[in-house]
Amino acid sequence: MKYTLSVLVENQPGVLSKVSGLFARRGFNIDSLAVGVTEHPEISRMTIVVNGDEYIVEQVEKQLNKVIPVIKVKVLQPEAFISRELSLIKVNCSTKQRLEIMQIAQLMNAEIVDVTTNSLTLQLAATTDQTETCLSLLHPFGIKEICRAGTIALEKGSGVTAPSQKN
Amino acid sequence: MISGAEIMVKCLELEGVEIAFGYPGAAICPFYDFLYRSGIRHVLVREEQNAAHAASGYARSAGKPGVCIATSGPGATNLITGIATAYMDSIPLVAITGQVNSELLGRDVFQEADITGACEPFTKHSYLVKRAEDLPRVFKEAFHIASTGRPGPVLIDVPVDVQQAEIPEFHYPEKAQIIGYKPRTQGHAMQIRKAVQAIAQAKRPILCCGGGVVLAGAREELIAFAKKSGIPVCATMMGIGVVPMDSPHYLGMIGMHGRTSANRSMKEADLVVLCGARVGDRAVSAPQQIAEKALVIHIDIDPAEIGKNMPVDIPIVGDIRQVLCALTEEVENNVPQEWLDRTLEYKNSYPARGEPQEHSVEPRVFIRDLSAMMEENAILVADVGENQIWCARNFNVKEGRFLTSGGLGTMGYSVPAAIGAKLAKPHRQVVAVCGDGSFQMSMCELGTLCQEGVAVKIIVMENGVLGMVKEFQDRLYGRRHMATVLNGNPDFVQLAQAYGIPAARAESNAQAKELARRMLDEPGPFLLVCRVDPEVPSI
Repeated sequence: MKYTLSVLVENQPGVLSKVSGLFARRGFNIDSLAVGVTEHPEISRMTIVVNGDEYIVEQVEKQLNKVIPVIKVKVLQPEAFISRELSLIKVNCSTKQRLEIMQIAQLMNAEIVDVTTNSLTLQLAATTDQTETCLSLLHPFGIKEICRAGTIALEKGSGVTAPSQKN
Repeated sequence: MISGAEIMVKCLELEGVEIAFGYPGAAICPFYDFLYRSGIRHVLVREEQNAAHAASGYARSAGKPGVCIATSGPGATNLITGIATAYMDSIPLVAITGQVNSELLGRDVFQEADITGACEPFTKHSYLVKRAEDLPRVFKEAFHIASTGRPGPVLIDVPVDVQQAEIPEFHYPEKAQIIGYKPRTQGHAMQIRKAVQAIAQAKRPILCCGGGVVLAGAREELIAFAKKSGIPVCATMMGIGVVPMDSPHYLGMIGMHGRTSANRSMKEADLVVLCGARVGDRAVSAPQQIAEKALVIHIDIDPAEIGKNMPVDIPIVGDIRQVLCALTEEVENNVPQEWLDRTLEYKNSYPARGEPQEHSVEPRVFIRDLSAMMEENAILVADVGENQIWCARNFNVKEGRFLTSGGLGTMGYSVPAAIGAKLAKPHRQVVAVCGDGSFQMSMCELGTLCQEGVAVKIIVMENGVLGMVKEFQDRLYGRRHMATVLNGNPDFVQLAQAYGIPAARAESNAQAKELARRMLDEPGPFLLVCRVDPEVPSI
């Protein structure tokens, strides 16, 4: 099963390697990891998607909490968070096919960001499921290249994951 | 103006560091130049790994962080085994390494090694300091992190230009403020209540104490808890010495090399109270099986240890001392006599092994003799291998300490660790016990011992084999003794004498006993070689 973790860390060099090293060392599988600064410039948020069972995710949470620059770890509850993944998809596209692909793009809320005589590049910000759907729709045209950023997530509602204290 | 190097030394002084163990090199020279002018005693080891081991022995004996120093590149990489040894046993260390000029970092220049990267898995935290201004905060944090919560080694890597840089003033912060580091010390009241209830209902309870009890300084509290609750006690190797071996309710060490009686009691228990033990595979080979039969209470300051190796019913995160005090207040002695009788019956049905020998030294008998001869508060440092098990099973720690590399199992640990332990407690007897294999891994430290005049006693159990591996080969590999025979041993007595260290060889148990007396009476160091039959097993 996939778990999504929201991790607040001190924004300093070496933190990413401490976190990714921990996953490798302890044999935890990362599906995706995305990192960026938060509203506090000295704090970054990592969104980590982990594949595993309850035991694994509990260990991941506890071990992450031991990393000194890690400020807070939260395992996001299913259905209680919004997640998005950004993708750039370069697809084969002759002039004749253009309209058809533009329709798919419209349907999937993707934006066309680059056009050539024989290709189209789409930008898609969607959930992982929607991204998969879009890719399968584009597949028949021939996908030339894909670049997917890791999933980012925030909890639903007005509450925040505050950098107050470790659990 | 003040230089980075001077700041580093000032920080150590303000942290109350009296002794540091190290080995200099070009990239750490500015720091050594200020150490020269400081009151801190520097102990020059003969190889950097031993600086970390000595600092670890010092830390365990003194109860405060040990400090070790090395230069960049090979100096730093040599430290790694020592740092990893300390990490596995949760020993507070602050390791300081020199680094190449920060502008050259990443260019593979002479004696450059990414030591913070290399030590990532073995340190509680590490710093690569890029600005001299950061040094005071880094040192304050390093000592705080190393010594609080679950202790462990912290590495500070300082490029040579940062040591040389001058800044206008030095201000040492009073407190470390780390937003993401606040170890929990107080046990959760509800969990403690649950534990008390579980203890009250248990019919066959057992208490298992690990190294965490020693680290928390909770020896008295554990004994008080065991006494009031009446629960029989066993220990992991790192928990040896918490409860004296001759206490009536002490069942001995558990595990692969532990007492059968202790293992049997553990298997039959319906309640296991784990105190500061991480349930490593050598201590508990089948944790699932035990947890299926018994209710498990696990007390540890590190929440990540709880449930890692053994399923736990009642976790209590907190400082063991505080938790045990709280538990002791509430518990009553409800242990059925029948269970106590059964555990004692097990204990008595496996008598200590070995008979005194006339043509060789029976090591198990000798360790018991030595134990009886040594002072109440003596420190025994066991190396790794058969010698470690002989000591763990036969040495009776009374008011003293039993130090060994339990987690990583690092051969060569005992001599440098004993040097550190002795320097921390100069008035206590300190004896290192090693085999001929492990002794040769750090025998260069005889030089350190002489130079510093450290009165450590060394016992070398010479059986001409790497005994522990040989045992594995005997049992599992058809007695094919590949690479376990030591044919090139020097005469260890002559070797010690070449350093000016008095030494003697024992060929029988009677002789060993007599020479041990002489060894303990000697004011300075002494090396005693015991001729041991290679067929004597570890247990």
